[in-house]
Amino acid sequence: MSAVTTARSGARAATPATGLGRRMRLGTMDAFTMTRRELLIWFRVPAYIFFTIIQPIMFVLLFRYVFGGAIPVPNSTYVDFLMPGIIAQSAAFASFGTAIALARQIQKGVIDRFRSMPIARSAVLAGRLLSDSLRLTLTVLVILGVGYAVGFRFHNGVGPAILMLVLGIALGVVVCCISAYVGLAIRDEESVGSFGLVWLFPLTFVSSAFVPVAKMPGWLQAFANNQPVTIVIDEMRALALGGPLALHAWQSAVWLVGILVVFVPLAVRAYRRV
Amino acid sequence: MQDDAAILVEDLHKSFGDVQALNGVDLRVGRGTVLGVLGPNGAGKTTVVRILTTLLNPDRGRALVEGRDVVREAATVREIIGLAGQSTAIQEELTGRENLEIVGRLYHLDKPAARRRASQLLDQFELSTASDRPAKTYSGGMLRRLDLAASLVAKPAVLFLDEPTTGLDPRSRIGMWEIIRTLVAEGTTLFLTTQYLDEADELADEIVVIDHGKVIASGTAETLKDRVGGNVVEFVLPDRSRLADAAGAVAALADAEPSTEPDTGRVAVRVGSRGSDALVQAVRNLDSAGIEVDGLALRRPSLDDVFMALTGHAAETEEPVGGKRGRKRRGRAAQPAEQAPTQGGPR
Ligand SMILES: Nc1ncnc2c1ncn2[C@@H]1O[C@H](COP(=O)(O)OP(=O)(O)OP(=O)(O)O)[C@@H](O)[C@H]1O
Ligand SMILES: [Mg+2]
Repeated sequence: MSAVTTARSGARAATPATGLGRRMRLGTMDAFTMTRRELLIWFRVPAYIFFTIIQPIMFVLLFRYVFGGAIPVPNSTYVDFLMPGIIAQSAAFASFGTAIALARQIQKGVIDRFRSMPIARSAVLAGRLLSDSLRLTLTVLVILGVGYAVGFRFHNGVGPAILMLVLGIALGVVVCCISAYVGLAIRDEESVGSFGLVWLFPLTFVSSAFVPVAKMPGWLQAFANNQPVTIVIDEMRALALGGPLALHAWQSAVWLVGILVVFVPLAVRAYRRV
Repeated sequence: MQDDAAILVEDLHKSFGDVQALNGVDLRVGRGTVLGVLGPNGAGKTTVVRILTTLLNPDRGRALVEGRDVVREAATVREIIGLAGQSTAIQEELTGRENLEIVGRLYHLDKPAARRRASQLLDQFELSTASDRPAKTYSGGMLRRLDLAASLVAKPAVLFLDEPTTGLDPRSRIGMWEIIRTLVAEGTTLFLTTQYLDEADELADEIVVIDHGKVIASGTAETLKDRVGGNVVEFVLPDRSRLADAAGAVAALADAEPSTEPDTGRVAVRVGSRGSDALVQAVRNLDSAGIEVDGLALRRPSLDDVFMALTGHAAETEEPVGGKRGRKRRGRAAQPAEQAPTQGGPR
């Protein structure tokens, strides 16, 4: 019981942050500590590993073998058509973890504890997004491996193939930013899990991910053709299989950057107000 | 202003929509002392703690911790405080050790230092044997201890504990008190909220009582008790017929009339700040009047009595009947405030 406050001054390495450079260095350190923390948590919970790895594999097999036979696609085999779509869909769905983890940590008071500590304000969100990016990158790579095993092939060379993966991951990260805002604004694990993320379903399924948009009723096509997930998936498909790149490339970039510009400040503001 | 004040709060107001949570709170906590903030559910205790720990901005008024404004100098305030909130902020998937090491890293201790500090705290809080188990396997008392340990990683000069023993069994509570006493002996300034009157009495140098977002009384436990009328000499007559004689015999001890209860034969007389001399005089007077008594005792008023005297009602709660913390005091609500309480308090 004796050592609680001995050497009170010696234990704290940090003095008040002064210079901008020092602040940035400490902020980066904090973000990495938070990233490591979140990955450690992820690693401890079998359910999270299931959602990251097993569930996406099941999706690939389901679409490839159960629905795939019934869905004709133009100028391609279904598995080649499917893979860019399912990579984007899985990357977007990884953001469930983002929203739920944040809501849960708010409810548990963990975030409040962090906010009472001299941690860079950005570190909690940055760590969250960084660890989620790594998590969804793993998902994407696993799906790609399974895709290869069930007949998928890139037809457009290595460079575009890598770009396609990067674009899929970027979509996932951007959607995580929306989900982060949702989690921070709703602050209740149950509500986030039950209705906070329903928008993800139309966004990913009413897109060109699994079915050519031309096969949908007209009123659905109007939505499906003009929403960001379709635009990104069409670009990913062009990168993987060949086809015109330019139009969808800049549309994708505008959408992704646009969503970041709106939702990152919203998430930061919601974090401050928790 | 007062340079020995570790915490200074002036005219603090905060409302949430229609709810006026704080309605002009003033406080001062001397460096190295313990302030016990006492109040029923919904009094505003947590709101004060959240403002002082930079989690919430006040609507009006100001608050300083070690002379730093909690709004304008929030970053500096965070460097000097520690907080263990009303609910524990432990990541239950991680082990006790991991929880503490990560907090250490977030305070920018290097890896070996964070590891050392975690081991030290785990030892100190008797969590060593459980240190490598996920915290979700811990008991409530262990989680509380781990949470307190986490708030101490950076050796804060000012510590905020929001109801640190709520929900603990009596043994764990006393264990927690011992830990808190050790901290205080080493010079930490402590801001402690509690609903337990005996807890404030045990730990605090100064007590403020808040109700409906306002400080309704403050002072040491002793001065608060004096405000209720001070000490009480109490005894029971085996022979009820001599009640009037007995009251007459002890009437000289105080200005106020002794109160008597014909049903139980209990007589109580308020003797203000007089102590054992009043007791001795009571024994003499009763003896010379030839009156036999049982259980003659000098009783200090409990803080329950204080709350009754200050508010005219027992510490009411927002919780429905049977709420875990309101029960004890609710039971006493039937007594009028003027009547000498007939049950022994914590003392
Ligand atoms: N975020 C909030 N939104 C709305 N009302 C709130 C909020 N926080 C506190 N309140 C209200 O403010 C009042 C004071 O609450 P506070 O939590 O400070 O009380 P307390 O003394 O800590 O109570 P308890 O002993 O139950 O913890 C209550 O009426 C509470 O309902
Ligand atoms: Mg409270």
